[in-house]
Amino acid sequence: MINYIKDLVSGIWALLQGMYITMLNFCRPKITEQYPENRGKKVMFERFRGELVMEHNENNEHKCSGCGICQMNCPNNTIKIITKQVTLEDGKTKKVLDQYLYDIGSCTFCSLCTQSCPQKAISWTTNFEHAVFTRSKLVKQLNKPGSKVAEKKAPAAAKAEGAN
Amino acid sequence: MLELIGIRDWIHNSLTELISEDCSWVVSLIEYVLIGVAFLAVYAVLALILIYVERKVCAFFQCRLGPNRVGPWGLMQSIADMFKILLKEIIRINNTDQFLFKVAPFIVLVGSFCTFGALHFAKGIHGVDFNVGIFYILAISSLGVVGILLAGWASNNKYTLIGAMRCGAQLVSYELSAGLSLLTMVMLAGSMQLSEIINVQEKSWLLFQAPIPALIAFVIYLIAGHAETNRGPFDLPEAESELTAGYHTEYSGIQFGFFYLAEYLNMFIIAAIAATVFLGGWQPLQINAEWAEDFNNVMNYIPTWLWFFGKTFALVFLSLWVRWTFPRLRIDQLLKLEWKILMPISLFNMLLMAVWIIWIK
Repeated sequence: MINYIKDLVSGIWALLQGMYITMLNFCRPKITEQYPENRGKKVMFERFRGELVMEHNENNEHKCSGCGICQMNCPNNTIKIITKQVTLEDGKTKKVLDQYLYDIGSCTFCSLCTQSCPQKAISWTTNFEHAVFTRSKLVKQLNKPGSKVAEKKAPAAAKAEGAN
Repeated sequence: MLELIGIRDWIHNSLTELISEDCSWVVSLIEYVLIGVAFLAVYAVLALILIYVERKVCAFFQCRLGPNRVGPWGLMQSIADMFKILLKEIIRINNTDQFLFKVAPFIVLVGSFCTFGALHFAKGIHGVDFNVGIFYILAISSLGVVGILLAGWASNNKYTLIGAMRCGAQLVSYELSAGLSLLTMVMLAGSMQLSEIINVQEKSWLLFQAPIPALIAFVIYLIAGHAETNRGPFDLPEAESELTAGYHTEYSGIQFGFFYLAEYLNMFIIAAIAATVFLGGWQPLQINAEWAEDFNNVMNYIPTWLWFFGKTFALVFLSLWVRWTFPRLRIDQLLKLEWKILMPISLFNMLLMAVWIIWIK
């Protein structure tokens, strides 16, 4: 009999605790995103992998050397690097990047490309609005037209920057 | 000023003036039709409101916003859903008992509508007022289980049959403690007539007239009533994860709509009966003391229909709160809760109430 009443009271107490928890949730601010209304105002968190981009500085220069490591690391052939040979002023020929093609339609956002890039030339932005009308538009060229490789800093300067 | 009884009397007076005394039956006929239409309209509108409220409250408990696209704050959502369900095809299913299949949703709906008709919505606003009102409500509200059993049987489907059988076991069990706790309050009120029960509570609600036994009866009635609506932790008859949709798996279109309608209105009816019997129906809150006279006057200014719907919707919210908190019971836990816990307590509570009435009151 004592156990019966004990069970009853502890059971009711447990139920009331559960109801207290749900009431806390009821009063909490809601986390639903009102998407089309908050368009442009919504800031995604920094880690969010939205779209692969290649950074360009103010002189329209990027850091990609066209080595193709990202292309090799990509698990599903999302990245295609087309290079060309150019002749420098001193008569030497050099392999430079012609087109960096990125197909967002087959990208799994695994981030193996950005991790393996020796030049840190590519990175993620948080843009998440990828909808287009045809699949061909999903293939993007990441290097801007007319861009060229940034001049490498002197080894000493690069070292000093690395130390920082 | 804001009382609905004025409208009632105005309609009656203008009809009797308009029509000569020889054919007073015409007046009665017109009034019957008007009352019927009004009840049907209120029934349908309440269902729409309840569906909207349920969806919003459910969303808020889950940290969502709920319907918010159709109309301001999504207010038009349930109206849009109503039109959708009216336009849907009623699928004819082979190898079912066609007659019983079609008649089952009507029985469920009739059961809940007849109970709805016996409620007292405001001062002088009620359909019928039997001298055995509580008995009538208990009897007619169990009619729904017949419809549910028929639906499960006629669908010729194992899920529906299991759902219907569970529902039958559940409703028949919980009817007992719901009935016993209402009878406890009938003992206190001294009448089964709903208008009489409400009049008894003019000075203070029955919940406050005998606090301990009435509170126990109130809690038991809320649990048992909640189980009778087949919702919340007691939704074994539907049990989406096990039985697809239980007894109404095979129904579509407006036939399913009838089950849906009856479920929501049953929730309202259980809350309304609890409000009537325990919380004074449409009687305003009164404090029985010298110093509280101003307070009582302020409370009396609030129209009685607002009191009734306020209390009922507070209890409906409680029901939704419970529904979105607790996980579903297993069938043996369900029966154990009724037969080993609620039943003995309500029997004991009845005894306690008798003692209270004789020695304390």
